[in-house]
Amino acid sequence: MKAVCWHGTGDVRVERVPDPTILNDGDVILQVTSTAICGSDLHLYNGYIPTMQAGDILGHEFMGIVVEKGPGVRNLEIGDRVAIPFNIACGSCYFCEHELWSLCDNSNPNAGMAEAMYGQSSSGFFGYSHLFGGFAGGQAEYVRVPFADVGALKIPPELRDDQVLFLTDIFPTGYMAAENAEIRPGDVVAVWGCGPVGQFTIRSAFMLGAERVIAIDRVPERLRMAEDGGAEAVNYEHEDDLIQTLKDMTGGRGPDACIDAVGLEAHAGGLPGLYDRVKQATRMETGRPHATRQAIQACRKGGVVSIPGVFGGFVDKFPLGIAFSKGLKLKMGQTHVHRYLRPLLERVQRGDIDPSFVITHRLKLEDAPKAYKIFRDKKDNCIKVVLSP
Amino acid sequence: MQHENRQQQESSGSINVARNERLLSLATGAAMAVGGVAKRGWAGAGLLLVGAPMLLRGITGRSYLYKRLGKNRAVVSDTAAVSVPHGQGIRVEKVTTINRPVSEVYAFWRNFGNLPRFMNNLERVDMIDQRRSHWVAKAPANQTVEWDAEIVNEIENEVIGWRTLNSKLVEHAGSVQFKSAPGGRGTEVRVVMEYAPLGGAAGSLVARLFGTAPEQQVDEDLRRLKQILETGDPITVEGQPSGRAKPEDHPTPSYVRAEEAPKDVVQQASEESFPASDPPAYY
Repeated sequence: MKAVCWHGTGDVRVERVPDPTILNDGDVILQVTSTAICGSDLHLYNGYIPTMQAGDILGHEFMGIVVEKGPGVRNLEIGDRVAIPFNIACGSCYFCEHELWSLCDNSNPNAGMAEAMYGQSSSGFFGYSHLFGGFAGGQAEYVRVPFADVGALKIPPELRDDQVLFLTDIFPTGYMAAENAEIRPGDVVAVWGCGPVGQFTIRSAFMLGAERVIAIDRVPERLRMAEDGGAEAVNYEHEDDLIQTLKDMTGGRGPDACIDAVGLEAHAGGLPGLYDRVKQATRMETGRPHATRQAIQACRKGGVVSIPGVFGGFVDKFPLGIAFSKGLKLKMGQTHVHRYLRPLLERVQRGDIDPSFVITHRLKLEDAPKAYKIFRDKKDNCIKVVLSP
Repeated sequence: MQHENRQQQESSGSINVARNERLLSLATGAAMAVGGVAKRGWAGAGLLLVGAPMLLRGITGRSYLYKRLGKNRAVVSDTAAVSVPHGQGIRVEKVTTINRPVSEVYAFWRNFGNLPRFMNNLERVDMIDQRRSHWVAKAPANQTVEWDAEIVNEIENEVIGWRTLNSKLVEHAGSVQFKSAPGGRGTEVRVVMEYAPLGGAAGSLVARLFGTAPEQQVDEDLRRLKQILETGDPITVEGQPSGRAKPEDHPTPSYVRAEEAPKDVVQQASEESFPASDPPAYY
């Protein structure tokens, strides 16, 4: 089969690789019908996630048709059309039983490696380095899905791939970010980063009752898309003092909730930006937490800072004192996708949202190298790429 | 998974490096440290960095590494004592929580025949009677090491303790405790394993078997036990595709063959030979 393989920083190739086979009783094999490139794939592309090996198959946003199933699969049949959460969960450990699916105890075959690094291991993820399990990803013609009974969401025939593909990651990720922000009626929510997750965060914040959403980015087409979703756009490059601007926009209070949908590769100008770039380049810190720092500085007293953006190691100059003195609540972590599959599918069916709004590029799987490049460089007004095998 | 790891209880001051090794450490460490100072620059600093701890180890007879590994090479023993002598060999203690009732976890372990399902270095364990069992462990180069063990301590749903019986190769003792975790979180399983390889060529084979990374081994074994009991099937990624494998080396699975199977010859001929305006009868 054809698959998108990682070969190093800035180097992905479409190669012929062996077809997947059933390895555990609970596996299914999917014939992939649609797959997307995630912003977090860019962290791999840019070489920020350790333990990648040349030849690893990428991709954790995918859906398709069941073409083979293991002897332990009960809920699925050959021919079922399903969407698959990016995180793999066993369904029977303490964490799965408590709906903390991305923290599953049993889905990372390399848990020992993760424990050495983080003390404890999270769940396995598709196509996301050996630290998170070394699972072959879904940017391919076929993909093996472990614990398929637990994760797979059957898709009603009337819905197009485009409408449900993002239930695998970015829609639940944006939704959980908004849910973590504990939005109450009348709240003003500020969102750093208007990439695909930021876009779903903005729309989810309104669904959960936000009065106003302020969207912060510097890419004009992303800010326009945020405005289409009802947000007030702020281009931080045009602001001398973003924190002051946010204060001014909220009657001096600051946003009730601040959401960092940027993560470890935040861009910043001036001295703080240079500081983080140098420290990250020399591996003295692994993240550039500029957006997180601003979110903490801007948030109103007693508010919530929610972090869907990915971090992987250590950061510096973290304003814990500000967070403490303002009594902020910080919430973060990988999305428990399984928790949101059915409720968000219902929202799509009801017409509350059509997630395909975020797609700017539809390409063939063969075009993946070009797709990664334009997505990373934010060229050609690229916000979200869907690949079809 | 929660893992806790308690190495052999040794006072921090105890000597755990053998005499000859101490002298070697002393000499090499001193040479490197002196060379490092003389050389200056980065290379010199590197030499000093490596040499200094060796020098220290030579002087004090204490190795942090050996302490971490639970090794004590200062004690020399060539007697086949019935239990692992204090302060010698490898001792690993690990704990994990398994989301199953105590009775189930206990029953699974008490059937020693199940041990090879999660202990990777075991090929099989046969129960001889209620207390005694025969163990076959995998050794390098397709060899096996075998010994008998007996249960020396047993309280139902609480603890199982065993040790080797008259083995000339290895002294092995182990115990596992089962405790109900608070709040219905399942069973806390605490394992203590001790191995002391005895002398001779076979003894060194056994040392290789257990000595490379004993902590990691027990850690992985416990993780497999947890996965068997919680999910029934420890997850693997072995055998999955990547750009490192050549597709021609792997058989095409049936789901692909079904789809890409060449059409029947008559059908192919028909498509070629009939003009589009005159479709064949099977349409």
